[in-house]
Amino acid sequence: MALELYRIDDRLIHGQVVVGWGQPLDLRFIVLVDDEVAGSDWEQELYRMGVPPDMDVYFDSVDDAAANLERYQGESRRGLLLTGDITTMTRLVDATGAIDRVNLGGIHHRPGRTQRLRYVFLTPDEEQALRDLAAKGLEVTAQDVPAARPMPLGELLDGTGG
Amino acid sequence: MSDVKALVAGHGAFAEGLLSAVEQITGRSDRFLGVTNRGLSARDVELRLREVVDSSGATVIFTDLPAGSCTIAARRLQRERPALVVVTGVNLATLLDFTFQDGEADAAAVERAAEKGRAALVVTGGVRGA
Repeated sequence: MALELYRIDDRLIHGQVVVGWGQPLDLRFIVLVDDEVAGSDWEQELYRMGVPPDMDVYFDSVDDAAANLERYQGESRRGLLLTGDITTMTRLVDATGAIDRVNLGGIHHRPGRTQRLRYVFLTPDEEQALRDLAAKGLEVTAQDVPAARPMPLGELLDGTGG
Repeated sequence: MSDVKALVAGHGAFAEGLLSAVEQITGRSDRFLGVTNRGLSARDVELRLREVVDSSGATVIFTDLPAGSCTIAARRLQRERPALVVVTGVNLATLLDFTFQDGEADAAAVERAAEKGRAALVVTGGVRGA
């Protein structure tokens, strides 16, 4: 599958994504799924500036990403799909039924969230949303960088490793 | 009036490390404030940079990676404050040159410092593969 990673990261495109994952996986494209960014030329230019010239960035709304997903998955190049929050990823999963795993890469502190990892903080509703994704058969793990161990959702949420 | 003219912002202890080197060499790390993005969301990096720029009067932000969240946040601030200068890929040679520029921290001065930084990247030795 050409999409190597389906990542939730509230920083969207940043160092860990472009360099930390981009270099070892030889990523050649990023699909940034965000309705707000997809509607703003200024936001798109901002994110594109940080990406090397040999890496393409596609800015899609959730609807466009759902329509384009099969094509991305059939690419001969390796790519990464990115959303800024759990809700957006869930919408894409529900719209396509074609995503089998989700990587939690960065969901940071905000009032109402409880710390689960150094880089994962969740509200009770967000925890439930992740359990719902797992119940649909998706493999949900937390892993900030490739060298780290992917932590399964069960271990993340209740420490049992289940 | 604060002596701070610039922020250094980056991943991990990048800023702290660079500024400790500036201090060891020049004794003038008081011209800089360091910011890390460690553990912060994009929004919080931006809030942190805004707070430090506003409280210090800094007119330049040096960042580590072009794609880094500090760079993205600095460019968001630049949108509100067009006079703010943002330099990505900063290294020690750049900061040292900037430290010794006595005039205003304008874009031309920063460009000269950036040129010093580019010139400092030199590769020697090793064996080239076929």
